[in-house]
Amino acid sequence: MSSILNVEQVSKIYQSGSKTVQVLDEINFNVNEGKTMAIVGPSGSGKTTLLGLCAGLDTVSEGSVTLNNVLLNKLNEDELALVRNKYVGFVFQNFQLIPTLTALENVMVPLELRGIRGAKEVSEDLLTRVGLKDRMDHYPTQLSGGEQQRVAIARAFSNNPRILFADEPTGNLDEETGKAIENLLFEINKEKGTTLIIVTHDIDLANKTDQIIRLKGGRISS
Amino acid sequence: MAWRDSRKSRGKLLLFIASISLGIAALVGITSFRENLIDEINDQAKSLLGADFSVDDRSPLPDSLFTKFKQFSASTSKETSFSSMVLFPSTGGTRLVQVRALEGDYPYYGTIETDPPEASQAFRDGQFAIVDEKLMLQYNAILGDTVMVGNLGFEIMGKVRKIPGQSDVGTSVAPVVYIPRQFLEATGLIKKGSRIRYTTYFQFDPEVDTTGLWSKTVEQSESYGYDVDTVEEEKENAGQAFRDLSAFLELIAFTALLLGCLGVASSIYVYVKSKVQAVAVLRCLGMKASQAINIYLLQVAFFGLIGSVIGSIVGVVIHLYLPEITKAFIPIDITPVIYWPAILIGVLLGVIISVLFGLLSLVGLRKISPLSAIRSGFEATKIKWDKLVGLIGFTVVLFIFLALWWQLSDALFALVYTGILIGSILLLFGFGKGLSWGMKRVLPGSMSFVWRQGMSNLYRPNNQTVVLVTTLGLSTALLAMLYFMQDLLVQRVSLAGEDERPNTVLFDIQSHQKEQIREMTEDFDLPVMQDVPVVTMRLLEINGKNKDEAWNDTTAQVPGWAFNREYRVTYRDSLISSETLVKGDWTGKIQQGDSIFISMSEGYAENLNVDIGDELLFNVQGALVKTYLGSLREIDWRRVQTNFLVLFPEGVLEKAPQFHVLITRINRTDVSARFQQAVVRQFPNVSIIDLELILKTLEDILGKVAFVIQFMGLFSIGTGLVVMISAIILSRFQRMQENVLLRTLGAAKHQLWKIIAAEYFFLGGLGAIAGLVLATLFTTLLGRFVFEFIFVPNLLHMSAIFLVVTFSSVMVGLLNSRNIIRHSPLEVLRNEL
Repeated sequence: MSSILNVEQVSKIYQSGSKTVQVLDEINFNVNEGKTMAIVGPSGSGKTTLLGLCAGLDTVSEGSVTLNNVLLNKLNEDELALVRNKYVGFVFQNFQLIPTLTALENVMVPLELRGIRGAKEVSEDLLTRVGLKDRMDHYPTQLSGGEQQRVAIARAFSNNPRILFADEPTGNLDEETGKAIENLLFEINKEKGTTLIIVTHDIDLANKTDQIIRLKGGRISS
Repeated sequence: MAWRDSRKSRGKLLLFIASISLGIAALVGITSFRENLIDEINDQAKSLLGADFSVDDRSPLPDSLFTKFKQFSASTSKETSFSSMVLFPSTGGTRLVQVRALEGDYPYYGTIETDPPEASQAFRDGQFAIVDEKLMLQYNAILGDTVMVGNLGFEIMGKVRKIPGQSDVGTSVAPVVYIPRQFLEATGLIKKGSRIRYTTYFQFDPEVDTTGLWSKTVEQSESYGYDVDTVEEEKENAGQAFRDLSAFLELIAFTALLLGCLGVASSIYVYVKSKVQAVAVLRCLGMKASQAINIYLLQVAFFGLIGSVIGSIVGVVIHLYLPEITKAFIPIDITPVIYWPAILIGVLLGVIISVLFGLLSLVGLRKISPLSAIRSGFEATKIKWDKLVGLIGFTVVLFIFLALWWQLSDALFALVYTGILIGSILLLFGFGKGLSWGMKRVLPGSMSFVWRQGMSNLYRPNNQTVVLVTTLGLSTALLAMLYFMQDLLVQRVSLAGEDERPNTVLFDIQSHQKEQIREMTEDFDLPVMQDVPVVTMRLLEINGKNKDEAWNDTTAQVPGWAFNREYRVTYRDSLISSETLVKGDWTGKIQQGDSIFISMSEGYAENLNVDIGDELLFNVQGALVKTYLGSLREIDWRRVQTNFLVLFPEGVLEKAPQFHVLITRINRTDVSARFQQAVVRQFPNVSIIDLELILKTLEDILGKVAFVIQFMGLFSIGTGLVVMISAIILSRFQRMQENVLLRTLGAAKHQLWKIIAAEYFFLGGLGAIAGLVLATLFTTLLGRFVFEFIFVPNLLHMSAIFLVVTFSSVMVGLLNSRNIIRHSPLEVLRNEL
């Protein structure tokens, strides 16, 4: 099985005024295609920073990130955007839907950005799959938290990503809704054969993945 | 609390300051300028007339009256003025000018400004002339050259720069050439039919009492038809004219202010929406709805005050520059003086308007439920409109009317203008609403994402389409109206010169010159399109009543000027193409002894209060001619033709002393110049009106007028753009969130730029179209009902306005969105949005 994400000796340093803050220190791991992985750790341990670096949302200070055989270090912002659009899907803790677009339009965005025809049909199918057939024309503010996260999941899968990053996907939901979302995420992930990287505090959720990375103070603790 | 609450939002509140500042600036600038101007007119009134009083008429002041006036005077001057052609032999240039033959020391107050300065006095001592500076420049004449006035050549001793009471615009219509009066006779220009004005200027003798007897003399002179102008009258006339100009500019400024108010209303609306959560929390903690409103009302009033003060300061700066911009129209020197009441009123107006327009949104805070603090949703954040909002809306309209009334001192005009403004805003508002609604339904799914995203931002939640289309539309409409009115006036004149219609008129041709001029015209291969005899006469009686009787008979309602004016009348056997018979019968020819049935212009007969069958007695240069009104004609005055208020049939005036008018068409300007030269050289008394020259002069004047108006119009456009910037900044948070998400999902920067450009292209473009439609509508109505002319929009001007407004919108949109696009997609993970 080939590697889809390779992280080597990654460090991330932020400059905060005159102070230098090392958020990540020499992180190394590898994720194979189709596998699931969880990044866990206490608040401030660098989980979200690591996710951002892996997904091409930010650049490393040292080391390298290779995603789907593309070395992200060398890419500019527009090239990174293209990588994200072609290979990456996102699910966020606070859903991050575009408030001025309907549920259907939100799901269509990744496909439309690439100029893919039939975006509407694909998105309608996905929304039907996540149980929102009757809520397609609603704006995010007209949907409940669980419904918004379903839209976000549909959007994350709309461009058939090779890898999906989920940042605390159930963090803003009640237990019951959270479980339903969790199940939905894993189900679709399995159907599509996507690699799944989840950042979470929830050990139960982490235990469902193939691989767990524990972060503490910016380093992998075990 | 109001102060503490504003701490984090002062940046947003500053935006609405900018919205009203420009309008207040324009208003304070114009009001200060108006008051300054009136003060200057009062101070310089004597130099407007150049004398203490003047008496003028088409006939010289008789000795008896002159002697009576002279007893009050320390000094007198005489001026004989008329239109005539002049020739510059050095360059061969000819031009119709106003010749003023002067005798005496006029002006007694102010000066005729010349280069060199001494020329204004010295030219009176010999065969010298002083000539309008622009005229000399136009014809490449220099000091020492000769200018031919009639048969006589005068050495040009000086360039005239400024004449008492006359503006730059005035002299571009009729450039002035001054000559000494003692040479007037020798020019040979005082002939039968010449339209000459005789003015006598007087300077009061300070030792003489000018109350009782003086007033009687003035009354007596005016009853003889002489026009006596005093400094007071001149002051009043000038004051009124400039009040009209400043009232017009004030209207434009007020419109800019109103546009700013729309910006205020929209800024406060967005601001209040962002405060819904905070208000809900405060209400949970026990705050009353009225207290919540007061917190934000105080903020609005305070920032409105700051905006008004800034606007007033800018207004003072504008006031300093306005005299420079308007100097072409104003014949007096203006030294800008700060006018504090204008500043005070500007500040007050700004605060009241901010509060009123702010209240429209603020009253919505009453309806915010404390529940919103724990359950935020779409419906909860919506500010609802109710009866109170309607009442405030009515107060706003009433306030606009009252402010305009106070500004214009004319209730009806204020009411009409308020109606037009509110009507326009409602129309544009409806257009904006319709656009949002229509866009949602007709947006083609096949369109590329970038364009579709840009376009759909026009109807999505929290869009500002209505406000922006209204403000951009109204400011575009104002700008376009200014251009269209210019087009309308130019079209009116240009049309007269189209096709094979006449474009050159030769007048003041004496009977013995008639045949020679006809031959000369034909030698130049020019058609003699009309050759019209003109007889001058005065009206003595209407239905047996002379001037005094008609005046005493209150039922007759005949205006006094009907008997004072000189009538220039023609005779012919048929009507011409510019005339349509609307009442009675036209008798083209009569035999000796027949009753004489004349024809009169329909409008003029209405003014004289006469109808078919009424008897009119004319004094035709000594001979009394009794006539009856036989018919009324509608006359198309736009045609370049000799149109006459009174038309006689053939068989009456053939033997009367007369002069002639010849009309032709000259297609080439070089032929026109040679022809005019030849006519003026051989017949110096003959004057020529060249339509090309009229057009050029009109364009020149309109250009000057347009500059002043456009300067003020810029405030409206500026306000429109400020409102747009406010709208962009106020929606920045939402935009940023959208753009960062789009970046996260893989949008390239160029795609984001395109989306923003597309949105502002549509907003600007549609606002411009709405404004152009509105301007076309108003100009068409004005053309139809005021100018009686069908307005044909100039597509070039329309396209230029469309492009400028749209391009400006796109640029403003892009420039203000730079920060929005720069945000890193990582912020989406950190919930920093």
